[in-house]
Amino acid sequence: MNEFVERQLTLQWHEPKKSYDVVIIGGGGHGLATAYYLAARHGIKNVAVLEAGYIGSGNSGRNTTIIRANYGIPEAIRFYQHSLDLYQTLEDELSCWVMYSTKGIIWLAHTETQMRAERARCLLNVACGAETVMVTPQEAKELCPQLDLSGGGRYPVMGASYHPAAATARHDRVVWAYAQGAMRHGVHVLQHRTVTGLLRDGVRVSGVETSAGPISAGVVLSAVGGNVSTIAAHADVRLPIRTHPLQAFVTNAHEQGFGPILSDTELLCYVSQSARGEMVIGAEYDPQPSYSLRSSFNFLQSCASKVTHLLPFLRDLRILRQWAGICDISADFSPIMGATGVDGFLVTTGWGTWGFKAIPAGGEQMAELIATGRTPELVERFGLDRFAADRAMADQGSAGTH
Amino acid sequence: MLWITCPRCGRRPVEEFGFGGELRGVPERMTDPAERDVDYAWMYDNVHGITSERWFHRAGCRRWLTLSRDTVTDTITG
Repeated sequence: MNEFVERQLTLQWHEPKKSYDVVIIGGGGHGLATAYYLAARHGIKNVAVLEAGYIGSGNSGRNTTIIRANYGIPEAIRFYQHSLDLYQTLEDELSCWVMYSTKGIIWLAHTETQMRAERARCLLNVACGAETVMVTPQEAKELCPQLDLSGGGRYPVMGASYHPAAATARHDRVVWAYAQGAMRHGVHVLQHRTVTGLLRDGVRVSGVETSAGPISAGVVLSAVGGNVSTIAAHADVRLPIRTHPLQAFVTNAHEQGFGPILSDTELLCYVSQSARGEMVIGAEYDPQPSYSLRSSFNFLQSCASKVTHLLPFLRDLRILRQWAGICDISADFSPIMGATGVDGFLVTTGWGTWGFKAIPAGGEQMAELIATGRTPELVERFGLDRFAADRAMADQGSAGTH
Repeated sequence: MLWITCPRCGRRPVEEFGFGGELRGVPERMTDPAERDVDYAWMYDNVHGITSERWFHRAGCRRWLTLSRDTVTDTITG
């Protein structure tokens, strides 16, 4: 958290207490949003958010900030559409500018197989309340004049689906806005507090062990990104999660004029332009699970090769920064929210590759679950128990990352 | 991790290899659907540290090998 940010926001830091009603592990978007909605909507203000680094320093600060609802299964479409709706009014809700910008997303298809997938996506999206239409290559070119419809002679565009409500927002600002909102309601946000274990009272989880001593809690929620298996193991909870690095890079600033977001499941890449003019480019997650934040030249080479086939103007730009985040990816590529089978311990995880767009709805729904003790209807199919019950929520291919 | 030493081909860049997943034992109750092992079917160790796993040298000798890798640093340890 730098000086500039401190001046722009009113963040009130508190001295830690020994006990809270709710302790949330992870001071990223999901953790802070859950704390905000707990305090603002449900009056549960005796809440602490523990962050190992500084707020937003994990995946909330490492993603490519795309917000959209064009998913592949009804439950996910409804959930993400609700999240998009919340994002659209977030600046009013939190009295804080998050640089929300509606851009629309074009999802390219280069083969008949992908055309079928995009047609199915359109039908299902419309049926579940998220507007998505098929467009011809010429219409895609009108939406995005920089697009080479021949794909550099190698990946010709057969068509695309277009989801006009897709947007981007400034990731840090979303995190800070929720932090500010939560703090105004009296939530304690404790930075540089690493959780090293969970306190157990019999089988029940009754708090957390941290780098600066234990804190007891009525409910512990893990909202960490990247280390959830380690946290859950302290409660003897096993998760269907593998943690993979996901890399991205940005170019130097280019004149504004790249309107929509471009995404491609076949080439596994996606491109948008930031408010600063930088082209933000991401790709698939690394094949082997790892907790390393090291980025690789191999990724840069393969991703740059793919996107320059689609957008030849990128060849003239320089690469400014490259980074990696570590994504918790579930076995069925859908998030996992709610009870773990251990009393007092909840998780919100599996957000690898689509956590940013889910921050408002994920936080709102987890807060309702904690406050009422009942799983809200919108997320009841996303429970951990779905795996034992053979109700996997297969949604691979709904992102440009897998 | 940039290089993998293949016992047949020597030190080769990682792009030549395909990742085959964590090394897992065979479940005890594999055949009886009523006693199906949910843990084996769905859950992962997702090791934070040194793990044993399978890799396939697809652009080389096209054989499988077992490696140990440190997932924290993403380096091959044996």
